Amino acid sequence: MTTVLEVVRSGPLALVEDLGRPGHAAIGVGRSGAADRSALRLANRLLGNGEELAAIEVTLGGLALVVRGGDAWVAVTGAPVPLTVGRRAAAPYAPVRVRSGETVRLGTPTSGLRSYVGVRGGVDVPPVLGSRSRDVLAGIGPEPLAPGTVLPVGPPPQAYPRVDAVPQRAYEEIVLRVVRGPRDEMVRDPDALVAAAWTVSPAADRVGMRLDGRALTLRDPHTAMPSEGAYRGAVQVPPSGQPVVFLADHPVTGGYPVVAVVTDADVDRAAQARPGQRVTLRWA
Amino acid sequence: MSVRIVPYGDRALMVELDGAAEVVAWDAAVRAAAPDEVADVVPAAATLLVVARDGADLAALTASLRSLRVRAADVAADASRSAEVEIPVRYDGPDLRDVARMTGLSEAQVVRAHTQSVWRVAFGGFAPGFGYLTGGDPRLHVPRRESARTAVPAGAVGLAGEYTGVYPRSSPGGWQLIGTTEAAMWDLCRDPPALLRPGAVVRFVEDRS
Repeated sequence: MTTVLEVVRSGPLALVEDLGRPGHAAIGVGRSGAADRSALRLANRLLGNGEELAAIEVTLGGLALVVRGGDAWVAVTGAPVPLTVGRRAAAPYAPVRVRSGETVRLGTPTSGLRSYVGVRGGVDVPPVLGSRSRDVLAGIGPEPLAPGTVLPVGPPPQAYPRVDAVPQRAYEEIVLRVVRGPRDEMVRDPDALVAAAWTVSPAADRVGMRLDGRALTLRDPHTAMPSEGAYRGAVQVPPSGQPVVFLADHPVTGGYPVVAVVTDADVDRAAQARPGQRVTLRWA
Repeated sequence: MSVRIVPYGDRALMVELDGAAEVVAWDAAVRAAAPDEVADVVPAAATLLVVARDGADLAALTASLRSLRVRAADVAADASRSAEVEIPVRYDGPDLRDVARMTGLSEAQVVRAHTQSVWRVAFGGFAPGFGYLTGGDPRLHVPRRESARTAVPAGAVGLAGEYTGVYPRSSPGGWQLIGTTEAAMWDLCRDPPALLRPGAVVRFVEDRS
């Protein structure tokens, strides 16, 4: 019998994610994958897994799952959550052994937005176009987790973890470095992007994060722009002037000007910003 | 062909081109050259976004893109070689009458213009399997609807601006709907799952059944 994870409670949103499916943008499928890729990679490294294996991305905690069919090793990274295994309290940012029949429970993260539950061997659901990621915009990949969902665990890797715990990240202050362009000439004052104090709007999901603050002014808000390819980290300015930062499940093309792009390393931090939290942008 | 390449963050480059034909040519050229540094290529109306692989050097990628020799004339030659996709359509869309009124054509003339045009997939991006098709009869250029429908059924064939397209699945949409097809635009059990890829030549055929 193989080891499985059975979902008891999903919390607000729990999805299977890996590093995504690059190479399909021309047929309308974006890369998708974990919103915070570095947290996913870290969970896998803590377990001796290849970094590309799938894990569970949990938004605002609340996940509970029971291990069946054999013991498992799990590691929780990303937004730090109170964690229990059976009746024991456990620490995130370290591998934890879970015996068959025991339940892993995540509380609500104290900071940050998305936690990653990795399992040694990876979540082994069938891939779609080479990836086990759920793309919420394209609607492909494994369905969002619900009570009763059973996730098979892959065979354990040959390797053993080389670390047994790592420092927990801080998500209290979010500063994102941005590269100017490609359409910065379409706003009157691109520097307003780095001068303003921005707040993450409640309308933030895996597709994008809207920033509320003093609106940018487009030079010509009524001119339609031809569609252009879009990519993770793009800071798009619609006629409202409130910028949107594209995250993992962004549309493949878009029709509003992209005035700056968050550096690849910092997009993962953007994915940890909570609605209501302050965000600062800096020219890279 | 003079080409402007602008930075797009620290992981991608935007190649600015003159229009759909150049985009198709560049898309094919970049894919054929398949530099190891490229993770994905995103064709659009007049640009090509080239996404670098993890750890690739953007300056080196810029240089290899500049060294590509791409001629739009090659596309025309390529077009004659590529297989045509035929899509049967029942012209029963709820906006057919409005399109006739806006274009000053009869409904039958709209259908003829749509079926006698040689369309080409310029780019995708709205949803998996959706293609923006260009090259149609200019008389069919119509604005999008004033307000979008909350649900357009899968298989709906629409017009907007210079484009035509087929909704691969039920979704909100603001295009002028002129017909319906049963052709599967997106099928994950098929390889590739999308019926239309950038560069493909498409003909619509009236299905009177």
